[in-house]
Amino acid sequence: MVCPPPAELSSLTLLGFGDCGWGATLLWGFGNSLMIALGAYAIGFCIGVSGAFGKLYGGPVAKDLLAVYTTIVRAVPELVLILILYYAVPALINQVLLGLGYERINLPQFITGVVVLAVVQGAYQIEVLRGSILAVPQGQIEAARAMGMSPVMLARRITLPLMTSNAIPGLGNLWLNATKDTALLAVIGFTELTKATFQASATTKAFFTFYGAAMALYMAVSLVSILLFGRLEKVSRRGQRDSRG
Amino acid sequence: MRDFLNLRRVIMIAIAAGLVLWCAYSLRWDWLANPKYQSMMLRGLWQTIWMLVVTMVIGFALAIPIGFVQAAGPRWLAWPARVFCSVIRGTPLLMQIWLLYYGIGSLFPSIPWIRDSMFWPILRQAWPYAVVALSLSVAGYEGEVLRGAFKSVPHGQLEAARAMGMPRFTIFRRIWLPQAIQRVLPTIGGETVLQLKSTPLISTITIMEIYDVAGRVRRDTLVVYEPLLLLALTYMAITALIVLLFKWFESRFPSKVA
Repeated sequence: MVCPPPAELSSLTLLGFGDCGWGATLLWGFGNSLMIALGAYAIGFCIGVSGAFGKLYGGPVAKDLLAVYTTIVRAVPELVLILILYYAVPALINQVLLGLGYERINLPQFITGVVVLAVVQGAYQIEVLRGSILAVPQGQIEAARAMGMSPVMLARRITLPLMTSNAIPGLGNLWLNATKDTALLAVIGFTELTKATFQASATTKAFFTFYGAAMALYMAVSLVSILLFGRLEKVSRRGQRDSRG
Repeated sequence: MRDFLNLRRVIMIAIAAGLVLWCAYSLRWDWLANPKYQSMMLRGLWQTIWMLVVTMVIGFALAIPIGFVQAAGPRWLAWPARVFCSVIRGTPLLMQIWLLYYGIGSLFPSIPWIRDSMFWPILRQAWPYAVVALSLSVAGYEGEVLRGAFKSVPHGQLEAARAMGMPRFTIFRRIWLPQAIQRVLPTIGGETVLQLKSTPLISTITIMEIYDVAGRVRRDTLVVYEPLLLLALTYMAITALIVLLFKWFESRFPSKVA
């Protein structure tokens, strides 16, 4: 089917799922954005938890290396890091593979994007989680040690449950950052929501329709996330004395 | 100092120095000697710093009324300010920049009185859109911070000022605003670093700042990593400079908040 010139189409048709609409492209980009954000956030969380414990209880060398990691990542723009890692990560993986005698592989853009954003997320999550571990009352940890708990059990039973409520506001902010940082992948040519919007609006010249719709999607994600994290914080603060009395 | 420079630190510093030396000798840096790239890099650096300073100043000036009406203004002013902050903070900056440049920028040529006005030669360039987008971003984030700061100024201070018979604007200028700004001063340093890290986004709308210069060098010379490494180093140096500047700045103000 041949579409009439975009100027003759209504916004609804342009955003729709018909042959002349870009709704499917936008939604596909939106799904991509969400999946990258989720993946990067999850991996970043693993980096964050291990890094935060490493920074507080690790050996001197580990502490210094982690300090270098968090300082560099937080001082360099995400866009620059993404670009460096975008070339460096696949090259590194291929180097390892070749060294082990395997074939060179082409890493899918999606996986590279997730890994790159996770490295960035990890640095910020280390700082948030480290702060929330420090906010756990020292006496609780000392008591657990005095009971003879192993470090793993101490973390599982005492530190992690007690730090959760302190960490949630910071982690919530980082989740919002993760969803917004996915837009940066548009610059390296990955089709997520921002890039899809750019393509749709550049083709049809209906800038405000598409940018409006995409902004509404981003806003919806952030509003729902704020709501969910607020509820999560309430749940995790169950039984705590309200500081406001 | 003794504590800092123990054996393992010395070894780590030696490894780091070795890495730097290896980068200097085995990577390609010959493009640095090209005067064309040198002048481009200087211009790019100037563009980045200029953009950073101008948008921070404009953005902060906008943030003061935005924060104030949310803290103490009537509802018909507080509500739009709140929506503005949520939208700025809830959508990616890259999208805001593109909306302004491609969306609103493409609207202007079709409006005759704008085309004929004296501003048209300016509006045809990219930098006004970058300045507006980055300033609005600062205004949104800092407006939210200032809202809290205005609210946290003790009531007693304002009541005392009123009891002294100060006009409302004088209360704002002499009592309310200075105390609110004193509260946000520590956050402005961090906010400036964040703003520096957003400046490379404007290279996507054809503004030649350092990120764009690095991209041009890479396209011209087909050198992949070296310009990016230098770029990262430059950003780290500017960040360190900002942090030191604000440390000095804060040490000049009495830090005790009543």
